[in-house]
Amino acid sequence: MTESNDENFRSFRVRPYLLTGGRTRSAVDLPLEALVRTTESGHAALGTQSRERHQIISLCASPQSVAEISAHLKIHLQVARVLVGDLVQEGHVATHVAKHETASARPDLRLLEQVLDGLHSL
Amino acid sequence: MNASATPIPVKIVVAGGFAVGKSTFVGSISDIDPLTTEAAMTKQSEEVDDLGDATGKKSTTVAMDFGRVALSQELVLYLFGTPGQDRFHFMWDELVRGAIGAVVLVDTGRLEHCFPAIDYMERAGVPFVVAVNAFDGVLRHHPEDVREALDISPEIPVLVTDARHRAAVRDTLVGLVRHAMTMAASTA
Ligand SMILES: Nc1nc2c(ncn2[C@@H]2O[C@H](COP(=O)(O)OP(=O)(O)OP(=O)(O)O)[C@@H](O)[C@H]2O)c(=O)[nH]1
Ligand SMILES: [Mg+2]
Repeated sequence: MTESNDENFRSFRVRPYLLTGGRTRSAVDLPLEALVRTTESGHAALGTQSRERHQIISLCASPQSVAEISAHLKIHLQVARVLVGDLVQEGHVATHVAKHETASARPDLRLLEQVLDGLHSL
Repeated sequence: MNASATPIPVKIVVAGGFAVGKSTFVGSISDIDPLTTEAAMTKQSEEVDDLGDATGKKSTTVAMDFGRVALSQELVLYLFGTPGQDRFHFMWDELVRGAIGAVVLVDTGRLEHCFPAIDYMERAGVPFVVAVNAFDGVLRHHPEDVREALDISPEIPVLVTDARHRAAVRDTLVGLVRHAMTMAASTA
C-alpha cells in the first residue's frame, strides 16, 4: 500500500490506526477537552517529526483540546489521543487536565463561580 | 491569552433530538467556527481489526460538532453537541464525563424527541436544564406545559431559548451553571 501525501486524499476514514501502529489506547488519560500545549522540547524537536506529530506540535503552540487536534488534523479522536499520549510521554507537549477530571467528578463550586463570571462577561 | 499559562478547560454538552438546533446553539456562541471531530465505534472486544482500515472493512464512526468560548484568560469552555441517534449513546458517556452539565434542547413541535436525552442525563446523574427552542421566536407551548408533558421533576429548570441568538444561548448556559451550582452545593 502506498501512503498518499496529497491533502486532498485526507479523510477521517483513511486507515485510522495506521498512524499509531495499530495502537488504540493512549498511554495518558485524555478527556476530549484536555488542553495540549507544546513544550520547549517539542519546539526544538519539530524538525524531526512525522507529519501528524509535526502538525500537533505546531498546532499546540497555542493550547488546543484533543478534540480540536482531531478536527484540525482530520484524524479520529482515538488516534489523536494515542499520538498526543506519545508526545506527552516524550515531553514534547504537556496537557492540562482540570483537577476534577482526574477524579472523574464534576467541577466544584469555585470553578463554577468562575464559569458564571465568565459567561456574564460575554 | 497569557503566554505562560494554559487555561483550564470546562465542558457543557448540548443534547436533544434530531434537528432541534444543537449545532445552531453551539455556533451562536462559539468563538471559532464549530469544528467536527469523529470517533470510531469501538466494539466490546476492542479488536484492532474491527476498527476499519483500507481493506474496505467498515467501521462505524460518529461525528460530533463542538465550539469553543474563551471565558477568561484562565478558562475556556467547550460546547459539544451530541450525536443524535441512540446507537451513538456510547459516545455520550465520554461527552458527559467531567462536564458541568447538559442543555437538553426541546422543539415543542416534537416534544417526545428529547426523551432519550432526558432519560440519559437523569440516569447518569448529569446536571441538566431543559431548554425549549423557540423556533422563529414562536413559543408554541408554555415552559410549564412542557414540564408537565415531559414529566420533568420540579428541581430541573425548564427554560426558553433561541438557538440562533447569542444572548439567549448565553442566558441558557447561565441557567445551567446556576443549576449545577445548586446541585454541587446540595451534595457537598
Ligand atoms: N427558524 C428556525 N430555525 C432553526 C432554529 N434553530 C435551528 N434552526 C434550523 O433547524 C435546522 C436544524 O438545526 P441544527 O442546529 O442543525 O440542528 P441539530 O440539532 O444540530 O441537528 P442534527 O445534528 O442533525 O440532529 C437548521 O436548518 C437550522 O438552521 C430556530 O430557532 N429557528
Ligand atoms: Mg447538529
